[in-house]
Amino acid sequence: MAEVLRRLARDRLALFGLGVIVAMTLATVLAPVIAPYPPNEQFFDGLTLEGAPLPPNPRFWLGTDLLGRDLLSRLIFGAQTSMIIGVAANGAAVLIGTLLGVAAGYAGGWAGAAIMRFTDLMMAFPALLLAIVLAAIFTPSLWIVALVIAMVNWVQIARVVYTQTRSLAEREFIEACYSLGATWPRILFRHIVPHLLPTVLVWGTLGIATTVLLEATLSYLGIGVRPPTPSWGNIIFENQTYFATAPWLVFIPGAAILLLALSFNLLGDALRDILDPTQRGRA
Amino acid sequence: MSAPVLQAEALTRHYRVGRGLFRETATVRAVAEASFALHAGRTLAVVGESGCGKSTLARMVTLIEAPTAGELKIDGTDVTAADDATRKRLRQEVQIVFQDPYGSLNPRKKVGTIIEEPLAINTKMSRAERADAARTMMARVGLRPEHYDRYPHMFSGGQRQRIAVARALMLKPRILVADEPVSALDVSIQAQILNLLMDLQDEFQLAYLFISHDLSVVRHIADDVMVMYLGRAVEHGGHAALFERPAHPYTRALLASTPTVDPTRRRERIRLEGELPSPLDPPPGCAFHRRCPHATELCARERPELRPFDGRAVACHHAETVG
Repeated sequence: MAEVLRRLARDRLALFGLGVIVAMTLATVLAPVIAPYPPNEQFFDGLTLEGAPLPPNPRFWLGTDLLGRDLLSRLIFGAQTSMIIGVAANGAAVLIGTLLGVAAGYAGGWAGAAIMRFTDLMMAFPALLLAIVLAAIFTPSLWIVALVIAMVNWVQIARVVYTQTRSLAEREFIEACYSLGATWPRILFRHIVPHLLPTVLVWGTLGIATTVLLEATLSYLGIGVRPPTPSWGNIIFENQTYFATAPWLVFIPGAAILLLALSFNLLGDALRDILDPTQRGRA
Repeated sequence: MSAPVLQAEALTRHYRVGRGLFRETATVRAVAEASFALHAGRTLAVVGESGCGKSTLARMVTLIEAPTAGELKIDGTDVTAADDATRKRLRQEVQIVFQDPYGSLNPRKKVGTIIEEPLAINTKMSRAERADAARTMMARVGLRPEHYDRYPHMFSGGQRQRIAVARALMLKPRILVADEPVSALDVSIQAQILNLLMDLQDEFQLAYLFISHDLSVVRHIADDVMVMYLGRAVEHGGHAALFERPAHPYTRALLASTPTVDPTRRRERIRLEGELPSPLDPPPGCAFHRRCPHATELCARERPELRPFDGRAVACHHAETVG
């Protein structure tokens, strides 16, 4: 563990990613304290005389949106939604996908085939349609959106993990375990799962961006996070008609999504390398 | 000779292979009716081309795979009929060294962990006791103490094979299956590993089942030799009988194809026509008849059984006339 931290400390890109993630998490927790204004307050001086949003200025640092609300405050409060979706929904998707993929790959036979055919079915099923159905059954809320995203996004990971598990199970060092009389939990958790870690880390961190964007799509269709609650996704979609005259309203939340996804990617990449002993020097 | 530590009676392994959704499954007879015995301190070599069933045989003997039919007795107990506890105990008596030392060691584990794993699985030894045992074994196979904390990718092929041998010997087995243990190594390293294996055999009175396609290696290490062709033993006997007076045309062809450095040795070239037939569709009669220079109509019709001939067993109708 100490070794991991020491190596992480030497990786500047990973530290940058970690820093951004920590900062965004703090913003999420401390939103009411650090945000300059309440997120839903509409300011009389927040629009031009013609009713157009204000560009960044000393009073509203990142400008205002089409309703005259402070963009910075909305971004800070929106971080809460986006982080919850990005981390919780994506984490759940990774967990479900990994569990099913490993189980199908290691068990094989009819059980494995059944799980993978179900995965294929889910892959062929339009994600938006499923989301709309689920949203119609439950009242849309942050957690329902997270659940929907998890149920849509686990399939790709399951596929990748399944294939990896299958090829790992054929490796000779696994066969060597059999000849030593190792039990299946030992083979699975000591020998197969550690080898899946790089794949899961990379897919998990890539999935953050996809997830945040999917939340934006759902919000746009009115089955995501309900306005006026801000999320980075719905800030973009609320303001997209002003793209030509007020591009900051789209670019700034877009940059926030990019920064979050990039930070997780950098950290994930670094962790993958640090946790891989075969990357260490030769004797 | 003392009682054998391992005895195989008509060991057989079939695989069912699907050939597509609407076609019947086919049966591959990977190994058919293999019988042999292993004795403490002696080496039985199994030779043959790729696909002749050597590796399947190794997997059955090490209990990685269960035989379809036949008996496998370790210390007189039939493993195929044994309960789980007995099987767990008997499994410790047979260990294996694989061909590819790059594939048989988990790249994410330290050498010490790899060598200790057999003890962690099968014994109640404490961590310190396991580490002691591992260090002793490492010294025995020619690894240095500082290698304990390194990872497999930091080693050369020969050193990795030493690690694999150390792991295989941790449980003090009486039988060691070596599945082409040197064919992935440089020729210069092969001799070192072979000598190590022979020293260890003397020291621990190990019975070896040595699988190889390389007759010059087998000539060096074997006491008895079994030649396999398409899943069946075609000739089985002592080292001297097989190498000096091979009786089966296939054995003769294999021997003739091995390069030799002795210019006085008479070289008789026997060219084999064709390839190893598909085990999905073995030829009728003698499996070798289509490639055999001595084949007659009888060979195409009737499969020759192994029979005693000139101090070994051979499966050929014409053993008398071939030599």
